[in-house]
Amino acid sequence: MDYSDLIQKLLNGNARAVARLITLVENDIVAAENIINAIYSHTGNAYILGITGSPGSGKSTFISTLTKIYAKQGKKIGIICVDPTSPLTGGALLGDRIRMKDNFSLKNVFIRSMANRGQLGGLARATEDVVKILDVYGCDIIIVETVGVGQSEVDIFKSAHSVVVLLVPGLGDDIQAIKAGIMEITDIFVVNKMDLSGADKKIADIMQMLELRMNYKYESLKDEENILLKSNWTPEIVKINSITGENFEKLTELIDKHRDFLSKSGVMADYQKNRIKSETLQILKHKITKKVEGLISSNPTIDEYLRLVMDKSLDPYSMANLIIKLLGLE
Amino acid sequence: MGEKRKIKVLVCKPGLDGHDRGAKVIARALRDAGMEVIYTGLHQTPDMVVQTVLQEDPDAVILSMLSGAHKALCPVIMEKLKENEIDDVLISVGGIIPDEDKPFLEEHGLKGFYGPGTELKTIVEFVKNNLKR
Repeated sequence: MDYSDLIQKLLNGNARAVARLITLVENDIVAAENIINAIYSHTGNAYILGITGSPGSGKSTFISTLTKIYAKQGKKIGIICVDPTSPLTGGALLGDRIRMKDNFSLKNVFIRSMANRGQLGGLARATEDVVKILDVYGCDIIIVETVGVGQSEVDIFKSAHSVVVLLVPGLGDDIQAIKAGIMEITDIFVVNKMDLSGADKKIADIMQMLELRMNYKYESLKDEENILLKSNWTPEIVKINSITGENFEKLTELIDKHRDFLSKSGVMADYQKNRIKSETLQILKHKITKKVEGLISSNPTIDEYLRLVMDKSLDPYSMANLIIKLLGLE
Repeated sequence: MGEKRKIKVLVCKPGLDGHDRGAKVIARALRDAGMEVIYTGLHQTPDMVVQTVLQEDPDAVILSMLSGAHKALCPVIMEKLKENEIDDVLISVGGIIPDEDKPFLEEHGLKGFYGPGTELKTIVEFVKNNLKR
């Protein structure tokens, strides 16, 4: 299929074309490949903000308020909201728009809901591609809302420039704050619903965790010789109220500060490199899995191996090695 | 081709009508039938509905209206969709739609008109069988 017409419209800023292209990359990986191939050289201008937190922590309402502020500054904003797909029926109920009503009619805001379609990690397979399309559409800021996460849905940190984690008072004690996973990939902690009691206790828990922190995500990104230069971002903490907008000024300052840190410390270049690596790995996994699945269902040698494993004269690891040989990947 | 194609449906409550139990039940039924359903919440203006269709690119739209404003709002929504060159999306309306209003709405390109008591599987089948793409 030829997408050049849609892509031309996308480059001209046509919202309908954006929506169609997103549907295509969501539904069809071959289409995704062709589309990204055609637009990739135009990407790289948007700042990507990842918003994550447990279900009900107020992510959508928070994004709605933040979007209003950015829209007032004249920025063009893309929002991607990921919600979970049912593992039983494959259906999904996407309800994040409900909280973003105020932004529906703003011309400079493009909101798209996505089902994660069974992908673990908090995002959908096509999320990266959708980010690129919105980037080419001319969005200054792209806000990605993950599914309501538990503790280890950390894919967002590979996709976003700044990761904002929303926490609410009264959920979890200080032990929760020192667990691995989501708490380690955060650039800015936001304690939402600050009017509830326990907000300051929450902040104290996070501060305590940060004081004891031994490593942080940027350390694994950087060259040995630049360790001191690059490791000086301490995650910031701010308490806010998404309904009234209280403290959002402080919050946007912190986001700007982190953005500044990324570009001035040189972390940005490393970050880009790592992002491309992890994205390519993701694509390779998908492609190789498809190849292996094809091979397993069509190659008679595989049946032979299967029989051997069933007879216990071969084990699954050895069978996997033999398949790697068959694929010529050794 | 890629993964199996998902049907994407937008469930909307246009106008000042504040009752969305029915809309939520339908959203749930379509979800359980394996579709991706977006629910927009209450009090949508025609502009909000059209913006959402424009951005989300659904295969079908279900407008739920119990307030009696369907003759006022539906034609405006259809007109604005046309202005945006959206012509391959199934647009349906349900809720409380008197029989005598149905021909008028049909003329404007709307379908469905299911009311209280309709079996959920009827609505699921209706969506599946009336898609324009």
